[in-house]
Amino acid sequence: MNMANTTAQTSTAAGARQDIIDPCGPKPRRMISRRNIFLYGTLFVMAAYYLLPLYVMVVTSLKGMPEIRLGNIFSPPLEITFEPWVKAWSTACTGLNCDGLSRGFWNSVRITVPSVLLSIAIASVNGYALANWRFKGADTFFIILIVGAFIPYQVMIYPIVIILREIGLYGSLSGLVIVHSIFGMPILTLLFRNYFSSMPEELFRAARVDGAGFWGIFLRIMLPMSLPIFVVAIILQVTGIWNDFLFGVVYTRPDTYPMTVQLNNIVNSVQGVKEYNVNMAATILTGLVPLIVYFISGKLFVRGIAAGAVKG
Amino acid sequence: MTAANGTSVSIQDLSLNFGAISVLQTLNLDVAEGEFIVLLGPSGCGKSTLLNCIAGLLDISEGRIFIKGKNVTWEEPKDRGIGMVFQSYALYPQMTVEKNLSFGLRVAGIPKDDIAKRIARAAEILQIEPLLQRKPAALSGGQRQRVAIGRALVRDVDVFLFDEPLSNLDAKLRAELRVEIKLLHRNLQNTMIYVTHDQIEAMTLADRIAVMKGGVIQQLDAPQTIYNRPVNRFVAGFLGSPAMNFIDGELQAGAGPMFKTDGVAVPLDRYAFDGTDRPTGACVLGIRPEHIAFGEAARSMPFAADGAVEIVEPMGSDTLVWTKLGGHNLSFRVEAERTLHNGDPIRIGFDPARASLFDAATGNRI
Repeated sequence: MNMANTTAQTSTAAGARQDIIDPCGPKPRRMISRRNIFLYGTLFVMAAYYLLPLYVMVVTSLKGMPEIRLGNIFSPPLEITFEPWVKAWSTACTGLNCDGLSRGFWNSVRITVPSVLLSIAIASVNGYALANWRFKGADTFFIILIVGAFIPYQVMIYPIVIILREIGLYGSLSGLVIVHSIFGMPILTLLFRNYFSSMPEELFRAARVDGAGFWGIFLRIMLPMSLPIFVVAIILQVTGIWNDFLFGVVYTRPDTYPMTVQLNNIVNSVQGVKEYNVNMAATILTGLVPLIVYFISGKLFVRGIAAGAVKG
Repeated sequence: MTAANGTSVSIQDLSLNFGAISVLQTLNLDVAEGEFIVLLGPSGCGKSTLLNCIAGLLDISEGRIFIKGKNVTWEEPKDRGIGMVFQSYALYPQMTVEKNLSFGLRVAGIPKDDIAKRIARAAEILQIEPLLQRKPAALSGGQRQRVAIGRALVRDVDVFLFDEPLSNLDAKLRAELRVEIKLLHRNLQNTMIYVTHDQIEAMTLADRIAVMKGGVIQQLDAPQTIYNRPVNRFVAGFLGSPAMNFIDGELQAGAGPMFKTDGVAVPLDRYAFDGTDRPTGACVLGIRPEHIAFGEAARSMPFAADGAVEIVEPMGSDTLVWTKLGGHNLSFRVEAERTLHNGDPIRIGFDPARASLFDAATGNRI
């Protein structure tokens, strides 16, 4: 009581000073502090760093060539035109064909969809078997698989050309699908194995006591619980395969080129005038698919990555 | 023990090795029909491993397992006639309670109306009817464990296996479900094998307790026998809370055998020795805190000594008092109403017939 009185007197003596108050409830935080300026400042700079090129691309793709020649790459278009987009999609020339990126787009779809489905289907069963059905030599098998992820692609390109030629799939889309599925195997198996290992083992045991077998447990118990990791796998594979250039250029022919290879042929063509607006539009079009995938599934992606990364 | 009904589970010379590590060593165990056996031991003693071997979830290295007279050593878990309840409940999270209960039956291809009947019966026994359409995430711990028991129940099996089913529950729920499991056993009369590290669960539930350590069954007997006549120092120390007092000393043979330690001599005329030969030398005397008399009651005991109160631990129902006997710490129980203060002079005594003597080197009962 005495203490309180003394405090009260002091604050009265200090006149208008109100800062001697009895702390109660949440501690007040100042919005503008050195910490916040640093934090948001850094975030703002980083965001600008990554967004500026995108801005330039969008702006340039909406300008006509005369306007681009003025050289103000940051200024918004005076006259908005969608001509470059149309041209990039349907009439730009890549080598012999002059039907734009549309051909490459559909090629990429026909490569990506089967590759993603095939590689994920196989890798999820691999990971499940490695995590739950510890067969003899499982660890050795797993190590070999992981080592596979570290072998440089360049080493394997030519042997695979020969293998594909021998089985008659060289230059075809199905050949490329097989290549993508095989190269996705190590990382996807690792992803699935870690996810399935993080599931409680008693769940697996309970299912065995209930009489479910290898496929029964996988399809009826494990699969319904693994949505996050499947989303991660799909994103990894869709973006990886869609963005692939090396395998696409090596294992396909001009009429089966994926979109990325076509884009390169448009942008790097040495004949005629450099049509920056068409190049920008073509690049955005090619990057649109991975971008959309990220936007739709961003939240699930983070959740799944966290779930798959718990155990090594 | 209802031995007349025959053997339900029989384990013969079972060994299990993980590489060079031996987890279970030539273990033998016969469980009678309708018996409630508790496998009790500290973590890592092999009790859960043994249960998983019985369930068929682990391949054994040597030996045979019989369930209902049938050699099931190489059988799949589902063909062994067992139901299992796990510590973490292991309910399938994406299925409702009803689907959880019926999963095993659907896998086995049992007709729908039969499944419905069995679920209705299990739900009634366990009083989980209102929960049938819920998902496990919407259940409390106690409800989840009830569903897990129900999953074993619908399988209509001969043997129930419990793997520390109450360890994830709080103390109050644990006590409630303990009683429910006991009631369940009384009503169903199934054989139950129950793994726990909780000695209270073991004492209250078991027809017989198998105390395990290092992959070996130390003692297999009725709870009271294990409590009163432990075969070795490990069993004596593992059961009982507060723990048994152990006093190091010498055993002196002669007409009247004596236990001597630092100026204290305990006459052992009334002690029932194990076997006929009387060893001498270093040994350990064990006496439970509740077997030590205090004050007036101590005078009538064959052995009595004076001491002083060192520490008082009130526990509500009674009070634990620490004192010294021949330089050794000794605890005993007094009624909660007694007020004692540190340093109070006291007189304690006990009947050596209720004590246990162990060989100091081997730890075995003498």
